[in-house]
Amino acid sequence: MAKITKSPWLLHYDGSSCNGCDIEVLACLTPVYDVERFGIINTGNPKHADIFLVTGGINEKNKAVVKQLYDQMPEPKVVVAVGICACNGGVFKDAYNIIGGVDKAIPVDVYVPGCAARPEAIIDGVVKALGVLDEKQKAFKAAKKQKGENK
Amino acid sequence: MNDTLILRIISAVLYILLGGLFSGFLAGLDRKLAARMQGRRGPSVFQPFYDIGKLFSKETLALNHGQFVIAFSFLMLIVATGVLFFAGVDILLVFLALSTAAMFLVFAATSSNSAMSTMGAQREMMQMLAYEPMVLITAVGFYMATGIMNNGVGSFKIMDIGSNDLPAIIYLPGIFLGFLFILTIKFRKSPFDISTSHHAHQELVKGVTTDLSGRNLGMIEVAHWYENTFLLGVVGLFFLCNEWWSIPLAVVAVLVVYFLETFIDNISARVKWELMVKLAWGVTIVCGGLNLLVLEYIF
Ligand code: SF4
Repeated sequence: MAKITKSPWLLHYDGSSCNGCDIEVLACLTPVYDVERFGIINTGNPKHADIFLVTGGINEKNKAVVKQLYDQMPEPKVVVAVGICACNGGVFKDAYNIIGGVDKAIPVDVYVPGCAARPEAIIDGVVKALGVLDEKQKAFKAAKKQKGENK
Repeated sequence: MNDTLILRIISAVLYILLGGLFSGFLAGLDRKLAARMQGRRGPSVFQPFYDIGKLFSKETLALNHGQFVIAFSFLMLIVATGVLFFAGVDILLVFLALSTAAMFLVFAATSSNSAMSTMGAQREMMQMLAYEPMVLITAVGFYMATGIMNNGVGSFKIMDIGSNDLPAIIYLPGIFLGFLFILTIKFRKSPFDISTSHHAHQELVKGVTTDLSGRNLGMIEVAHWYENTFLLGVVGLFFLCNEWWSIPLAVVAVLVVYFLETFIDNISARVKWELMVKLAWGVTIVCGGLNLLVLEYIF
């Protein structure tokens, strides 16, 4: 059976980051880091994505957006919070509009700290997320089988 | 007669069995090559197969039940097009089947309310508008070239086109160039990847396939593989004749053309649809039209 970890397509969303982390995420796609060699594609489309990569914290405005993007992704899926802002709000934590990290809106599987998170750290985080994704795929298949038997 | 019939059936069956695999492998090679051209390592050549396997194992979020039926019809019609082609029937019928199949991709996109999907569908239709004249001229060109080589008895039958004394390309260099041009549109490669793109990070998200996921998207991808094999088959047909050496020649031509497509994809940026239509029609009129005139009045 096909391993989802061999073809992880990711969706990158910029919450309220300073763009520092976003630059690093994009740097992962350049020839220097070339994440496509793991089969990773930056899809920009929640319906095609397996990994949801969020940079920046959650505010009142983007909370619903992040939730909707998450809901539009087909199972199995994982969420990676990139940068300290995405982990817990970071330097913007005390700003009046910031609610906190990504886990204030959706369940987060992997936290990648750093300000900005370095490409190496982001790749490590994604690889860790692949492990989680693998587990989730197994659970997803088992649930599907269960459902089939109950029918 | 019976021998050729068996040969036709075998090639049609081979197409069903291997047509998808062949283009899937080519797609992997394409990504590897593209990566190397950009100084990257690139994914494994089997990456497209991993992707398809994953898509079929994922949850399918369908907006309506129709999506599955439409995506499935698209796949089946594309396979039927290729089967008709490799079985050597009338090339007009083959191109007609191809257009019908293409409409199902547009249906699949318009079955959702998403703006990206709808816009992708409109652009897909613009693409059809751009390449369709050249497709017809190609069929007519094959007919006339066969006629010249057979004392005035032309034929639309692929069997006859592929078994002349000389490869059709000798009489159809202009039409071949025109066909190469629209091939980039058909392969949805840059600069003409306007209805969808291999890389979704763009203004249109993923165009026609934006709202398809899981199994439905997987079927569309497999259909594109079959479509590509068929189109490369048409490229090969330009080089086939009743000599044995024409077969390796056709294979080499197909590989060179595919390499060229990858190369062009890498060195060009997407154009607007207006320019695409103008360019495509310009090339059709100049290369295709002139070639037809020469065939008509000189030979
Ligand atoms: S973690 Fe630092 S670099 Fe990243 S978005 Fe926050 S402030 Fe910017």
